[in-house]
Amino acid sequence: MAEPLLEVRHLKVHFPTEDGVVKAVDDVSFTIDRGETLGVVGESGSGKSVTFLTIMGLTNLKSARVTGEVIFQGQDLLKLPVEEMRNIRGSKMTMIFQDPLTSLHPFYRVGDQVVEAIRTHQKVSKKEGMDMAVDMLRRVGIPKPDERARQYPHEYSGGMRQRAMIAMALVLNPDLLIADEPTTALDVTVQAQILDLIDRLKEEFNAAVVLITHDLGVVAEHCDNIQVMYAGKAVEYGDARDIYYNAHMPYTWGLLQSITRVDESTKKERLKPIKGLPPSLIFVPPGCAFNPRCPYVMDVCKVEVPELLPSNGHHAAACHLTLAEKERIFKEEVLQQA
Amino acid sequence: MGRYIIRRLLWVVFVLLLVTLITYLIFFKLPPGDPAVRFAGKQPTAASIAEVKKQFGLDKPFVIQYALFVKRFFGGDKDGWPGMGFSFNTRSALHPIITSRLVITAQLALGAALVWILLGIPIGVLSALRPRSLGDRIAMGFALFGVSAPVFWLGLIFLYLFWYIPTQHHWAIAAAGSGYIAIGKGFFTWLNHMIMPWVVLALLFAAFYARMSRGNLIETMSEDYIRTARAKGLSERRVVFKHGLRASLTPVVTMFGMDLGVLLGGAVITETVFNLQGMGNYIIQSVRGADYNAILDITVIAAFFVTVMNLFVDIVYAFLDPRVRYS
Repeated sequence: MAEPLLEVRHLKVHFPTEDGVVKAVDDVSFTIDRGETLGVVGESGSGKSVTFLTIMGLTNLKSARVTGEVIFQGQDLLKLPVEEMRNIRGSKMTMIFQDPLTSLHPFYRVGDQVVEAIRTHQKVSKKEGMDMAVDMLRRVGIPKPDERARQYPHEYSGGMRQRAMIAMALVLNPDLLIADEPTTALDVTVQAQILDLIDRLKEEFNAAVVLITHDLGVVAEHCDNIQVMYAGKAVEYGDARDIYYNAHMPYTWGLLQSITRVDESTKKERLKPIKGLPPSLIFVPPGCAFNPRCPYVMDVCKVEVPELLPSNGHHAAACHLTLAEKERIFKEEVLQQA
Repeated sequence: MGRYIIRRLLWVVFVLLLVTLITYLIFFKLPPGDPAVRFAGKQPTAASIAEVKKQFGLDKPFVIQYALFVKRFFGGDKDGWPGMGFSFNTRSALHPIITSRLVITAQLALGAALVWILLGIPIGVLSALRPRSLGDRIAMGFALFGVSAPVFWLGLIFLYLFWYIPTQHHWAIAAAGSGYIAIGKGFFTWLNHMIMPWVVLALLFAAFYARMSRGNLIETMSEDYIRTARAKGLSERRVVFKHGLRASLTPVVTMFGMDLGVLLGGAVITETVFNLQGMGNYIIQSVRGADYNAILDITVIAAFFVTVMNLFVDIVYAFLDPRVRYS
């Protein structure tokens, strides 16, 4: 089997504060292969963003304690000197963020911002850089790219801005694109366009993609594998079929049941949210962090932390329920309502 | 951008006219009594009252009076441009007096402005880049001192330390005690006379600007586009100076226009402490001596400076922040 593009081993990102240690990421391990699309799903505070910000080297090391390994193309990024990490960041591994209006600098033209990304890593003239930028803007579907390149972010619509950010992230042909909630701030109709765009470009550029989101509905068609995160840990991992048709963890079931569906308006049922609130990352509940909110909680859940164990193939879940119970519950209760 | 400038220019003309109107009303129409008597000085004689009436056209209807005033001010009179008329206290044309005072105040204000920009902003920026470090705490301590110390106290302390003590002990170098020497009479003498007033006047502003730059930059550095810049792999220097600084300095530019505009109308306390015959000094004199014509002229001129500086600053702001150009 080919070597994975990215391998994360036992990553922990803890922030010591006056009130206690915030365990934003608490022992997370996973791999990403070349050309794979990984969906990372979880609520706010699950650690999904911090995981990838740390992988990119964007976490403030003065305020965070980071342990573990992040092996990217054979190198442990956590041990790299700052200069070398800067070479990788923005060229081989890139990231786009949730709100493209605030993520683009309001004072500089869009084209210039893309050119800046190029010229930071490649020795090209301003003219060549601008040509590359305009070409990239065209490839992400922005009409009249040469005119648009000379405009400012506030002159673009929301969808166009996100396309521009994608252009900026892909122009140097990275091996890995991390998209942190790329569609959350956009209209629903635009969301689909952007996700399709990412799919198409991923093929063209042969890049691996990470789609971080809180919405399982978003990643359905676009991800090969999905990792579900809760309270800083990975609680389930599997390919898309595993997660949607055979999930093995009550939190995932809760997420599936809370997806709003347009086609179910005839049932006139209320939305079924997961009861309770996300846990404090300083005072994480003992045992399984989800136990206060779990409808199937047992005594052992309050004491012992469940490990992320494979149940079949590479489908893994962190839950004390037996496999038989999980499959039964899923079939009887979750599928009825999801 | 061009349309923005033209719009702003038209607005400035309107504001300037409004300022002259309000000032005129305040001086001629609002107070009780006969403005002619008021303007004629401390010991009005029938002849001087008649002169005032003639100069200001007070026997004509108000609109004509006002129009005459505007015409005279903007068009100039026999003494030069702008037309400032005649002081009934000193019995001489105001134009040469006010112009010479303006020259001194302008030098004081511009010099101080340079000092406070060069001092305040770098201190603020460096503090923002190393928050809560020792350097930051010292800098903000200095800022607190600068903001709290009264200008007259500071001026007197400076005079004591840098002029009185050196001259008493016959040191080689001493700051000039007071007064203003024109630059034509010797560069270093001029500098010697200006340096203390510059620093004393600048200190308050430098402190304020240091605090403001620091606060703005810290806030800007937590913006999303800074995270994007870092995600692109830019060097930290570029992230701070190209992405962070420009966004955080726009409010500073606005403040600068206001501060300089107001100062050009006179820095009263500094001029008094250091015995500089500038506008601030003059307006105190004029108020004491009830030289209404002079007060009128200075008021309008000071208001003009504020308005024009605001225009200038707005243009610079639009140059820095493209979102503003279309509003």
